[in-house]
Amino acid sequence: MTESGIASQPPASQPYASREKVAATASGAGPKHRSLRGDVWRQFRQHKGALTGLCVFVFVTVASFVGPWLMPYDAVEIDIKMRNLGPTWSHPLGTDNLGRDMVARSMVGGRISLLVAITAMALSVFLGTTIGVLAGFFKRLDGVLMRLTDLFLALPVLPLLLVIIMLFRDSLRAAFGPEQGIFMLIVFIIGVTSWMQTARVVRGEVLTIKQQEFVAAAHSIGTRRRNVIFRHILPNCLSPVMVAAALGMAVAIITESALSFLGLGFPSDFPTWGRLLYDGKDFINLTPMRVVGPGVLISLTVISVNFIGDGLRDALDPKLRSR
Amino acid sequence: MLWFIGRRTAIAIPTLVAISFIIFAILDLAPGDPTSSLPLTIPGEVREQIREAMGVNDPFLVRWILWVKQVMIHEPISLIEQMTGIQIGSGERTRVISWQSRGPVVDTIAERLPQTTWVMGLAFIFGILIAVPVGVISAYKQYSVFDQIGTFISMVGYSVPTFFTGLLAIVIFSVKLGWFPSYYDTTLVVSDWSSFVAQIKQIVLPVAVLSMFNAAALSRFTRSSMLDNLSEDYVRTARSKGLKEKRVLVRHVLRNSLIPVVTLIALQVPGIFAGALITEQIFRINGIGHLLISSIHGGDVPMVQTLSFLIAALTVAFNLVADVVYGMLDPRIRYD
Repeated sequence: MTESGIASQPPASQPYASREKVAATASGAGPKHRSLRGDVWRQFRQHKGALTGLCVFVFVTVASFVGPWLMPYDAVEIDIKMRNLGPTWSHPLGTDNLGRDMVARSMVGGRISLLVAITAMALSVFLGTTIGVLAGFFKRLDGVLMRLTDLFLALPVLPLLLVIIMLFRDSLRAAFGPEQGIFMLIVFIIGVTSWMQTARVVRGEVLTIKQQEFVAAAHSIGTRRRNVIFRHILPNCLSPVMVAAALGMAVAIITESALSFLGLGFPSDFPTWGRLLYDGKDFINLTPMRVVGPGVLISLTVISVNFIGDGLRDALDPKLRSR
Repeated sequence: MLWFIGRRTAIAIPTLVAISFIIFAILDLAPGDPTSSLPLTIPGEVREQIREAMGVNDPFLVRWILWVKQVMIHEPISLIEQMTGIQIGSGERTRVISWQSRGPVVDTIAERLPQTTWVMGLAFIFGILIAVPVGVISAYKQYSVFDQIGTFISMVGYSVPTFFTGLLAIVIFSVKLGWFPSYYDTTLVVSDWSSFVAQIKQIVLPVAVLSMFNAAALSRFTRSSMLDNLSEDYVRTARSKGLKEKRVLVRHVLRNSLIPVVTLIALQVPGIFAGALITEQIFRINGIGHLLISSIHGGDVPMVQTLSFLIAALTVAFNLVADVVYGMLDPRIRYD
């Protein structure tokens, strides 16, 4: 669907088209002029789930990054007299077995969880797009790169992740410090094991775009291959990449918390949502909020990111947009 | 078609070899030592002799080839011997020995496999049984209340990780209501009615949680596949012929829509074992996933290698199955 859709849409990257567009907006000659970005945004707003998802995601992100400065409690401050509290007005999510406030800890945890998710997603999208473009554009690389993709798809991801973390955790921790080391390790392995879908989709997209006239035109006026890729092909594969980015972020959040849940993620003094859930599960009878709080946060974030992905897919599909 | 199956299988073998190389290489970097759990009173030179006898100092490639020979040739033969009782060859084969249990790795896996297969298999089947009808009705009555609710629930079920739903189910149904036990008792033998009821009770929570998760992804997929087919010309033709709506839906649309769904189902089978990692940890089921986690924590390299390789081999095999099934179900797909 998207492939044929892309074909009918004027390639935004063509230098002449974009210059005309700029001229039109600058002189105000076209009052009915609609930019691509505006169209996408208009369609995105139609999708109520996506809009709600965006609001929730922005709220969770802002709360995680700004919240800890506004909180009266410190995430690592131990107050043993206040331990194992249920939800109260001063501690809406209760406290843990060392009396640390769960709201403050969830905020700090959200910081790490979201940072891991965003960085891992960026790495995976970068790898996937690079490999997809190379495989689609250079016929000689296609066979090798697609075999590699198939190989990675067949690898048992979760068991291997666990093994790699087990083996390299200590040496990386010694080299880069406890938080930095494990952060790099987790981001690296999530990124390296999740690029395959993006690569496949981008390759397919590049293969169709490559056949179109404007690429042939670019070649014929002597555009360098690098410029053909960066100015003409890449901007036209943007929509599957953006959808893949949204879905990849959801996967990264879940994988990171699953790793933490199995006790192989971050150490407990650097809480992530998964780690908080893991630490809380032994106190599930005493303070169920310790499990429910982080669990709801993970779920809400993943749901909202998935909805954003759905909305983006609809909004970037010109067939749906023209309706 | 036969040619395609043959060629596809031929491609799968180098893939498996490459995967076995990756798994072996990663685990070979493990800092563990096979003699570290032997008594400390063993003198240094004897320890070195033991290591020499185990082949620890051999070149990497030699060890890899020997391991591949053990895993791909020796273990399957031993397994066949055990199942059929027929002795093949001299029976003098080196087996992959676990560093923890000191027994053959495959025996332990065979012990743990039934639990995983039962729980995960049931969850898988229930997932399909829920997902397909929900997806079909959602697509047929697109934008109806049923569709809206179904789509929302499947989005939630697809996004909420099982380690959260599992814990939530334990809190609600075993802690608060006390309906079901919170852990899985493998020693339970089903001999009479009451033990049968106990077995059903302990399997309900893990199966429910997992089938919810499986159904969510599958019903989304079924729905979109149905929607693609419902707008096809042949549906209009079938209706204009005067066929009953039910027949149009079941015989024409559903049959065509299920082609990609069946492929997805085949692709999800190996995921059963990966999914077992987390679920078995929550409900304390001592299956394959539990075995893998405990061997990782215990530094049991042969066990981890064999299990990872087993899961990878399953993935490759079911990718193959999915490709072949797709070709057989859809005559428009031609492989040449």
